[in-house]
Amino acid sequence: MTTANTEPKAHSHGLGQIPVSKLDTHGSHDVNDFPIPNGREEEWRFTPLRRLKGLHDWKGTADGTDETVVDAPEGVTVETVGREDERLGTAGLPVDRVIAQAYSAFEQATVVTVPRSLVSDKPITIDRKGLGGTAFEQLVIDVQPLAEVTVIITNTGSGVRAGSLDVHVGEGAKLNLVSLQEWDSDAVEVSQHNARVGKDASFKSVIITLGGDLVRLSPRVSYTGRGGNAELYGLYFAGDDQHHEHRSLIDHNLSNTRSRVDYKGALSGAGAHTVWIGDVIIGEGTEGTDSYENNRNLQLTDDTRVDSVPNLEIFTGEVQGAGHASASGRLDDIHLFYLRSRGIPEEEARRLIIRGYFLDIVNRIDDQDLRDHVMEKVERKLAAHE
Amino acid sequence: MTKFEIRGLRADVLISEDERQEILKGVDLTINSGETHAIMGPNGSGKSTLAYAVAGHPRYEITDGEVLLDGENVLEMEVDERARAGVFLAMQYPVEVPGVSMSNFLRSSVTSVRGEAPKLRQFSKELQGAMKNLAIDPSFAARGVNEGFSGGEKKRHEILQLELLKPKVAILDETDSGLDVDALKVVSEGINRAQNENDMGVMLITHYTRILEYVKPDHVHVFADGRIAESGGPELAQVLESEGYERFVKVGA
Repeated sequence: MTTANTEPKAHSHGLGQIPVSKLDTHGSHDVNDFPIPNGREEEWRFTPLRRLKGLHDWKGTADGTDETVVDAPEGVTVETVGREDERLGTAGLPVDRVIAQAYSAFEQATVVTVPRSLVSDKPITIDRKGLGGTAFEQLVIDVQPLAEVTVIITNTGSGVRAGSLDVHVGEGAKLNLVSLQEWDSDAVEVSQHNARVGKDASFKSVIITLGGDLVRLSPRVSYTGRGGNAELYGLYFAGDDQHHEHRSLIDHNLSNTRSRVDYKGALSGAGAHTVWIGDVIIGEGTEGTDSYENNRNLQLTDDTRVDSVPNLEIFTGEVQGAGHASASGRLDDIHLFYLRSRGIPEEEARRLIIRGYFLDIVNRIDDQDLRDHVMEKVERKLAAHE
Repeated sequence: MTKFEIRGLRADVLISEDERQEILKGVDLTINSGETHAIMGPNGSGKSTLAYAVAGHPRYEITDGEVLLDGENVLEMEVDERARAGVFLAMQYPVEVPGVSMSNFLRSSVTSVRGEAPKLRQFSKELQGAMKNLAIDPSFAARGVNEGFSGGEKKRHEILQLELLKPKVAILDETDSGLDVDALKVVSEGINRAQNENDMGVMLITHYTRILEYVKPDHVHVFADGRIAESGGPELAQVLESEGYERFVKVGA
């Protein structure tokens, strides 16, 4: 099996194109293939459509601008290309109307190519500052075989943004992707990250969502060779009236592939709402899949709303490991008891546990300075809520 | 000289918001410094509840009786105050706290109990020495508290904390369960070392006599149906070893 389970495929009984999985969403690059959502659809039922600022029933002209600075080590090419470039949209189809809208309307795209065997300690940094308005964007990161690199995307500023990030991790290559959503409090972002992970390749994604009014990110992974490994980590912290939504899908369309999904969130203040949807498909005829997904949510105040939905669909008996866990609630009183039973006063114990909760994900970032930067942002947000 | 007294202690386990069950039905026990008391009994007799109730675990509520440490009412103290006053509980199932590093946790704990922050270099030397004594690999200091530790590793770390915090009285809840013989020896040596160093009283809760070969009890108590059913010297352990707890289970039933 080489095609992804999330793409339509010819059925052997001649029934034409049918979905393989219930989690299958037919994708398309064309916005007209998706009806305008009314909010009751499975993929939209958690998202407040009225706060999308018109993205879901777009009629206007994209007028937004960004100030983007890309810093890449020698040997890496960064190109600005037009719609006709055939490298665009090749890692996965848009699976909802907003992402298809972005694909149908973007004018320019960025393609970052890391050539074969290039191993760089210096990361590629993409600092994007939104200067308001609405913009549709496409970014491609092509990490060619045996290359090893870190890409750090930092989103700041204001505006309404939608688009796709298409990632190719070639055979034996390694990509560490960090994406920081540090938007201003009025910003809206709806994005889909599509990753194709090659033979014996490794893809690690760390998504840190702290800002914005509404952020909806859909990281999706499929494999192009056996031995591929994908790790998706996420940290989100929704304050007053913030909506943070993360919808991951791992498609184990090939044998001997591994995935780990670990997303941790915190919520504090009236109207804070987080959504985590974790879909995993273990494809028909595959064997040796090793998969685990976990979501934790820490509700620091009572007036918050958490939705956490793990979905696991298995179409084979030859699975090495597959599991999921999800838990949401207040600070664990047993954790508190343990620390306090060692003499640590309650306030300090609370602080240690909450920092530790975030550090568990932040420590997945390899770069110490970046870890410090993220923890400082988290500290500042915590301080505002304590 | 320290005196740790449990008098007429009754406690409920809180099962849900409106469901509770009485587990401790009047426990009386006095432990003087330097003494080791083994509390033995069948599963479900309430041994662990006794340990947790004294430490202030949130799932248990004391309904009657008192616990005194040199005359001070322990039950009126907050959980962390009890530890700072010198009561230590080594748990049967130590809690995993992800993201909080063992070294950070131990330093906070030692600082709180000793009342001042130990000098960093001195503390790191002390910690390394204590870990070495318990055959704990130094890499554990950087890991999350008990995170992904095996059962044996968790027990060693409980004793590591015991040695660093130097309590007046230590309650050891089935510290021997799940340990192989080598680990049992290492852990027992740690308990004996801590006792020799500061003359602490020990309440050693166990289901088996095996650990008593290494940690010698002065007194042995049989715990059944929420109270001490019989007390004696070390010889009582031998009787229990050959006869089992059957006699006491019947009493409770």
